[in-house]
Amino acid sequence: MSPRHTDKGYEAELSALRNRLLELGGKVETEIALGMRALAERDAALAEDVMATDREVNRLEVQIDEACRRLLALRQPAASDLRFITTALKIVVDLERIGDLAVNIAERAIDLNQSPPLRPIHDLTKLALACQSQLRKSLDAFVDGDTAKAEAVIKDDDLLDALYHKLFNELLGLMMEDPRNIRRATSLMFVAKHLERLGDHATNVAEMVIFMVRGTDVRHPGSRALK
Amino acid sequence: MISAPPPVASSGPHPAPAASDTARPKIEAIDLSAWYGTTHVLRNVSLSVPANTVLAIIGPSGCGKSTFVRCLNRMHELVPGARQSGQLRIDGEDLLSRKVDPVDLRRRVGMVFQRPNPFPTLSIFDNVIAGFKLNGIRGDHAAVVEKSLRRAALWDEVKDRLHASALSLSGGQQQRLCIARALAIEPEVLLMDEPASALDPIATAKIEELIHELKQVLTVVIVTHNMQQAARASDRTAFFYMGELIEHGDTEQIFTNPREPRTEDYVTGKFG
Amino acid sequence: MSLARRRFTSRAMTALCGLALLLALLPLVSLLMLVISRGAAGLSFDFLTQLPRPVGESGGGVGNAIVGSLSIVALASLIGIPVGVGAGVYLAENGDGRAGKLIRFTAEVLSGVPSIVVGIVAYGLFVVPMHHFSALAGAVALSVLMIPTLARGTEELVRLVPRTLREASLALGIPEWKTALRVVVRTALPGIVTTALLAIARALGETAPLLFTALNNQYWSHRPDEPTASLTVQIFNDAVSPYDELHARAWSAALVLLMLVGLLSIGARLFARLRARGQR
Repeated sequence: MSPRHTDKGYEAELSALRNRLLELGGKVETEIALGMRALAERDAALAEDVMATDREVNRLEVQIDEACRRLLALRQPAASDLRFITTALKIVVDLERIGDLAVNIAERAIDLNQSPPLRPIHDLTKLALACQSQLRKSLDAFVDGDTAKAEAVIKDDDLLDALYHKLFNELLGLMMEDPRNIRRATSLMFVAKHLERLGDHATNVAEMVIFMVRGTDVRHPGSRALK
Repeated sequence: MISAPPPVASSGPHPAPAASDTARPKIEAIDLSAWYGTTHVLRNVSLSVPANTVLAIIGPSGCGKSTFVRCLNRMHELVPGARQSGQLRIDGEDLLSRKVDPVDLRRRVGMVFQRPNPFPTLSIFDNVIAGFKLNGIRGDHAAVVEKSLRRAALWDEVKDRLHASALSLSGGQQQRLCIARALAIEPEVLLMDEPASALDPIATAKIEELIHELKQVLTVVIVTHNMQQAARASDRTAFFYMGELIEHGDTEQIFTNPREPRTEDYVTGKFG
Repeated sequence: MSLARRRFTSRAMTALCGLALLLALLPLVSLLMLVISRGAAGLSFDFLTQLPRPVGESGGGVGNAIVGSLSIVALASLIGIPVGVGAGVYLAENGDGRAGKLIRFTAEVLSGVPSIVVGIVAYGLFVVPMHHFSALAGAVALSVLMIPTLARGTEELVRLVPRTLREASLALGIPEWKTALRVVVRTALPGIVTTALLAIARALGETAPLLFTALNNQYWSHRPDEPTASLTVQIFNDAVSPYDELHARAWSAALVLLMLVGLLSIGARLFARLRARGQR
């Protein structure tokens, strides 16, 4: 992106779109961090903050969609600009979904606050940290156009899945130990599932970043052969 | 001892086998250069165009795209001091060879220009048939006129006033008349040098639709300043810059994922 | 500047322009009035068809001079128009080479040569070797005067034909010479006809080149190698004579000449207008 567009207005609109996306990414990261803290610290106020942040996220999503539509209609973008805008349209969906997942986690936190705490599950914290790191890396890859970072995100998704399965078994074990754990362990299982989904969305973002930079689609490698 | 490998592409007397007929390019430029006096306007361009496709040539003013097209029907050499080197083949035959008569070549390679240029002294009918009449070719002129005007999607608009002056038509109609005039002599290749730059969007859309129809029967090379037009109307796109062919490929690839940074900058509007 | 003042200035300037126009028209109008007032009385059918009669006899006319003028000019056009138009087309098509420059230079020099000089040259080249004056010699002299105007006029007109039209024709596989003739010259033709008509009108009014070439003739001429009467020379001879009757004949002949020239000019205008309408 070294040379500037001859049309300064176009250049400005593109960089405004980029900044909005970064703002959205930052807010989604905050949501997850707040949600996990609400869970760990049993703090309903933090959970409320997640909901408030998500309303901002939703507003930003609409704004970004509008900006993309306007650019497509008025500027007839081509090549890397076109890929950037179509990528923006897609990752905004993933980011918004991540925000929704953070809200779900916050709701679970409020729910779990009603009952006494279960014993601490370390792998859940680990999974949450790993997911946040994946999200941050995929956003960094987007900002820097860094395909190596994006590829690392895609590769590390397997570790996330492994962690999730381990956690699943651990929570299953808790339920078998004592039926009174079932309700809370199920809630935690949902949180783990949300985190795992969150990781998938981060992977989607990373895949789109690779498309944006290289112009080649790395998704669904098997389906290409059918064409 | 190792015997010499057989030539891959034979331009010899043996006709190519039927299977490779479709693969063989209709137009092929090999190391084509062109000059106006001492100005080198086209530098070692190598490019091929498959039959029944549309090639769009894009690039900033003075990049040599018009010169390239004018080499294809040897209109380039009409300018005093103009010359060219390299090879330019149609169906494998070098059309820059001394054996090729440019007048015959131009009957095989038709051309449509930037501004509609019907003959002002002639009627619509006589404009379409001008290539026949002025070359003294006999035949069923009325049938040729109707067929050509139909192919140029102009017949219904002018069938009741074929003997009116060509200048009584609108700009877009005049341009389609010029296309009909070029089609009348049944060319194999149609060159279009910014054919819609003087037309309104509706007339432009009609010309582009026409290009889609025409590629069923001939090969089209279109020069355009309008990148959206290149994107809409062509199968393949070539980007010229400062007399060089920077990149050519499938139009979709050029506009979504060009390989060359200069192409990227041009199609995204980062020049100047 | 106030509106009132601007209006005043505008009106004053318009008035000044009108005055200039009047001043320019004055000589033309007075010339026409003078020629009509002095010449109209002598006009009659006989005047246009009869031979001139000597001083003292009434009646007679300038019929032979009218026919003579027209035939000399027709002959001159026959020589001058093909050469002049041909040279013009050549200049427009290939005029950038050395031959073109030479022709253009020659045409320029030729158009600056006084007509009397052209007359003397024609006298030396035709009259002296043939031992008698002739319409042909006069026609050659007039054609020499027509050629440079026609050549330059044609060149300009052919050059005005848009390059895109030439290209359209060449791109149809029409050879260059055919393109030049059937497209480029064909497109410029109405303009060339107008130029030719004006050149003919000018030739019709020339006296000096005819004085030593066609000379004059009191009788009808039947062949181009005979001395031939012409309106201009007739007017000249009558005007310099001491007789009032001949002066009157000169005025009437001048009126006839003026009408002929006017007819040609109007013809040229009409043709130009017709062409403009045809193109729309």
